[in-house]
Amino acid sequence: MPEYTLKIRRFDPQSGEAAYWDEHSVELPETQSVLDAILKVRDEKDGSLGIRCSCQQAICGSCGVRMNGKPGLACNTHLEEAAKRRHGTGSNPPEESRQAPVITVEPMGNMPVIRDLIVDMDAVHWKKIQRVTPWLINKEPVPEREYIVPHDNMVDVTQTMACIQCGACVSDCLAMEVDPLFAGPAALAKSYRFVGDPRDAQQYERLKDLSEDEHGIYDCTHCFNCIDACPKGVEPMSQIMRLRRIAGSDHHIKDGNNGYRHEHAFVKNIRKNGLLHEADLLPDSYGGKFHPRAVPELFSSLPTAATALARGKMTPKTVLMHPHKAPGEVKRIFDQVDGRDERIELNIYISGEEGDEAHAPHTDIATPLHPESESESA
Amino acid sequence: MKVAYWPGCVSRGFTPELHGAMAKVAPLLDIELIELDRAACCGAGVIAEHNQELADTLNARTFALAQNTDGALMMNICSTCQGAQSECQERLDANTRYRERINQNLSEEGLSYVKDPARPLTNKNFLWLLVEEMGLDALKAKVRRPLTDLKVGPFYGCYIVRPVDRLRIDESHPRDRYMHMVIEALGGTVIDYAGIYKCCGFPIITMNKNASLAQAGRHVGDAIDADADCLVVPCPLCHLNLDLQQPAAAKVVRRELGMPVLHLPQLVGLALGLEPKELGMNKHIVRPTSVIDWSTSVVAGAAAA
Repeated sequence: MPEYTLKIRRFDPQSGEAAYWDEHSVELPETQSVLDAILKVRDEKDGSLGIRCSCQQAICGSCGVRMNGKPGLACNTHLEEAAKRRHGTGSNPPEESRQAPVITVEPMGNMPVIRDLIVDMDAVHWKKIQRVTPWLINKEPVPEREYIVPHDNMVDVTQTMACIQCGACVSDCLAMEVDPLFAGPAALAKSYRFVGDPRDAQQYERLKDLSEDEHGIYDCTHCFNCIDACPKGVEPMSQIMRLRRIAGSDHHIKDGNNGYRHEHAFVKNIRKNGLLHEADLLPDSYGGKFHPRAVPELFSSLPTAATALARGKMTPKTVLMHPHKAPGEVKRIFDQVDGRDERIELNIYISGEEGDEAHAPHTDIATPLHPESESESA
Repeated sequence: MKVAYWPGCVSRGFTPELHGAMAKVAPLLDIELIELDRAACCGAGVIAEHNQELADTLNARTFALAQNTDGALMMNICSTCQGAQSECQERLDANTRYRERINQNLSEEGLSYVKDPARPLTNKNFLWLLVEEMGLDALKAKVRRPLTDLKVGPFYGCYIVRPVDRLRIDESHPRDRYMHMVIEALGGTVIDYAGIYKCCGFPIITMNKNASLAQAGRHVGDAIDADADCLVVPCPLCHLNLDLQQPAAAKVVRRELGMPVLHLPQLVGLALGLEPKELGMNKHIVRPTSVIDWSTSVVAGAAAA
């Protein structure tokens, strides 16, 4: 039977002692889970080890931890798989000289540690979930029988319904690391579950709220950590992009964070130039060169721009004139595709991939989503 | 090796030294660049966020233009292009009807993206091309000025390492270690620090400037604490936040920074014997003094073969 070295981060904030690493060697088949190994240590070697767990089959979402630097559920991560993971954070270099593979187990990040591997989900995760009104606000009048939801819309929200609230995405959210007030991936995915549900009466209000919040949908940096962290394929970041798409393209919510302006300035910029012209994009993202918001922003970036000009990094030529060779073709595509009333999306989570037997396609093509027309028909 | 070359927008706009350095380095590596000068911006995720079909059409057009060249594959020098284009290609390849619809948008121009298992369109960042197509031994053989005693902190950013499934990072393709491997092949020392795989913060610079600069400042500070001489990035957008915005980031994190940030082709170029100025290193906001001092002392010490 293979042997693993479990290196567990121990910490009891009540004790006044610093955190430390505790090492135990565990013999278990490689297809047993990291949770099996943790429980073996607790049962046989040290009963004081703190771990929260329940179902042991990736349903309850209790045992979120970081294993070799990456977040996930301890109960559905094989020892073999965890041992192969490299230390993604860079803070724990792999100790290759050792005989037994090392698996470091740490509590999840971005949340305070209560003890050892147990973090305070109430203080961060649940607070943020509550922030997004995580229930359906039904449309009036209530129909005599059930609400009828179009099949495609129901399938569309199943991806976010798969969330088991384990907090793995919250653990490694890089926006939250610097902005603890950010609503975060789990809460925003939960928000999409209702924004994407045609029975909900407050799609606009939800999006308006999360667009105007300076720690809302426009605070996500596209780092993809939540997509890799999620054990259920929820892809919180993709849901955040859907929220932005509906807020901007369907409701035209002009938020105070420049999210809408930036997106539209970017699209306009590429339509016009074919390539990004940064010098135009910056003022336009703040509402145009003469917009009251743009003036202080542009002044504050003057020293940087002056240094860049002085170093020859930016010259008027590179900044203003990198002409595109096929401007007509690019414009035509923008006008043709962006000019349509219908907007389509292909979500591989729903459609599956061709030739992938394990995930047979449910639908043939992209799901057309018309939030406004849906709301009329519902 | 002939490649269909997509330089992206920023390498020709705010970081012209990147495009310039690549042009200098390519012939030394026997790479012939066929520039896709009719292709458009990849959308950087922002166009996809606005309208997915629009972003997929623009990138399908770029792929079709690449397929019309005799390049062995398509190469980019921007992680953000790599990430945005990989995402579009994944959708185009996953569903025939969707691909046909996107190709219809291109038909007026006589273009079409073809999914051909016999000749799949491969789109690789320069970093991947170095390791997978050229090979580290071949790269090593071309080194004329080994980066001896240069302590380099790799900064991968996001788009080139995540999501791991889409980017096909696995044991046989440890793409999340390639920068480590290249630095070592060039004779340099890899510096391990907390920010290696974190986000530079650039995507939210116009939306939440403080959080964006706090990210950049934190990673640069961590690299300084780990005693790096410089950082190296595979993405010009990371370069904007880590170099162009570094003075502003220093104010947000309230510490002195001053860490030179090199584009990957610049680091390769130095080891191949090119001079810092030829590689546009004089154009950076943070003067790469430590690197230039290193290169002159190496030259003075006649270490260059």
